[in-house]
Amino acid sequence: MTDNGQNARSLIRAAITLAAAAAVYEALARSGYFAPALLPKLSIVVQTLIATLADGSMIQHAAYTLYRVMFGFGLAIAVGIPLGILMARFTAVENFFLPLVSALMPIPSFALVPLFMLWFGIGNLTTVLIVFYAATFPMLFNTWSGVRSVNPIWLRAAGCMGADEHSLFWKVIIPGASPFIITGMRQSFLRAWIAVVGAEMIAASDWGLGWVIFDAKEFLNTDTMLAALVVIGAIGYLFERLVFGSLERATVLRWGMMRSAKG
Amino acid sequence: MVPIEIRDVTLVYDTPGGKVPGVKNVNFNIGASEFVCIVGPSGCGKSTLLNIIAGFLTPVAGEIRIGGKPVTGHGMDRGVVFQDFAQLFPWRTALGNVTFGLEMKGVAKDEREKIAREQLRLVKLEKFTGSYPHHLSGGMQQRVAIARALAYNPAVLLMDEPFAALDALTRDDMQRLLADVWRATRKTVIYVTHNVAEAVYLADRVVVMSPHPGTVKAEIKIELPRPRDPLSVEFLECQKELLGHLGHDANANEPVN
Ligand SMILES: Nc1ncnc2c1ncn2[C@@H]1O[C@H](COP(=O)(O)OP(=O)(O)OP(=O)(O)O)[C@@H](O)[C@H]1O
Ligand SMILES: [Mg+2]
Repeated sequence: MTDNGQNARSLIRAAITLAAAAAVYEALARSGYFAPALLPKLSIVVQTLIATLADGSMIQHAAYTLYRVMFGFGLAIAVGIPLGILMARFTAVENFFLPLVSALMPIPSFALVPLFMLWFGIGNLTTVLIVFYAATFPMLFNTWSGVRSVNPIWLRAAGCMGADEHSLFWKVIIPGASPFIITGMRQSFLRAWIAVVGAEMIAASDWGLGWVIFDAKEFLNTDTMLAALVVIGAIGYLFERLVFGSLERATVLRWGMMRSAKG
Repeated sequence: MVPIEIRDVTLVYDTPGGKVPGVKNVNFNIGASEFVCIVGPSGCGKSTLLNIIAGFLTPVAGEIRIGGKPVTGHGMDRGVVFQDFAQLFPWRTALGNVTFGLEMKGVAKDEREKIAREQLRLVKLEKFTGSYPHHLSGGMQQRVAIARALAYNPAVLLMDEPFAALDALTRDDMQRLLADVWRATRKTVIYVTHNVAEAVYLADRVVVMSPHPGTVKAEIKIELPRPRDPLSVEFLECQKELLGHLGHDANANEPVN
């Protein structure tokens, strides 16, 4: 699972996939069917990417976006996990929150951006809150399902061995629900990332990858837009592989509670 | 180590489809350090009775006393081993599973690991203390479960068909091991099984339950000297007698299933 040969092979496989996608794009860009201004060649996108990374502007935009994502994602975890657990453990909490959650969840976070702008103005507060809104529900829902799917035999066994509510919570329910909680974090982070770019397009001024894309549209700078997209994709990929992948390997995969991806 | 009294215990399950009797008027006693097996046809209420003794279910009538004290809910005077291999915590190593009860008791880390290692040695798993349950075979997992139930030193051990899902050879080994463990620890044991040979091999006394809703039909003392030889004539005689009580053809030598 964690041995180097397999890691290298999975990296190679990923590289092949990406290279194939890039080749298709390049073929389209060079085919002459589209205006070069709309579909710039890869070499130009790469040049723009390198230039904006070198002058630090892209890094700063990414840092702003990442800050908003992490802030909103952190809030989503801080609210989603405890509330999900409470809903699963106490019928009263579930009865109260479930209708609210079911009604709020289908509302796309993007639809709330104009409203939040009026309430909280343009800038970090609005974008962080949009991210928080988008990321909370997957976290909450997965945690709620995870706690309900904790094998009752573990609770019985722990009860026999004298576990009180506090130990039951930290030593049985949380680890028992961990496959769902980690899945929740993954989905939640993804939603956070989708939401932040959308929110930044209209509710951020001057900084952020979403803002870069929206601003570049004014000047038909498709190379800048694509460079920003590459950065978004790369950061997402890194998080997925490094952060969540390691978290999974250190916990649920190690414990045999989840099977590793064949990749 | 302590006696158990079971008095007129009746339990009825409340299901969406109506009331389903679980067990009816069960009466019997278990002496201190006695090994009692409960046998009976499927669905007669063996697991129900064990769960009542464990304190997971509350009877609608009757009471259970362990060492003179009435049972109200689960307690650390009883260790429980279930049939399901999934009873171990997958996020804890064999050692971590066995230390759990001691951790709850507040025993210091060094001390509880020392005790857990001893218990794992008793079930012959000293080489696997650091393994997670998913790297252990079914039989090994059940042995960890036994060690875990013994580690916090309950007076009573309750077991619900712990070896039923194992292959016949492994089950023989496990029965021998359990007999040894019992000899070493002298716990009071209540052991539910389908398997007549298993009951005769392990028990001081076998409680036979009637079909659903179960009540005690017969109590048979097994007076064979230990360690018992499953191939001896006396052993087979005992098995035949027990099968007779279960309402099976006395010539059949297949275990009831
Ligand atoms: N959770 C439950 N809800 C409703 N009825 C139940 C429940 N558990 C058991 N019963 C009923 O109680 C009766 C006794 O069940 P129990 O599980 O105690 O039998 P058992 O003797 O352990 O059977 P087996 O040997 O197959 O394990 C059964 O007839 C079953 O229909
Ligand atoms: Mg049963």
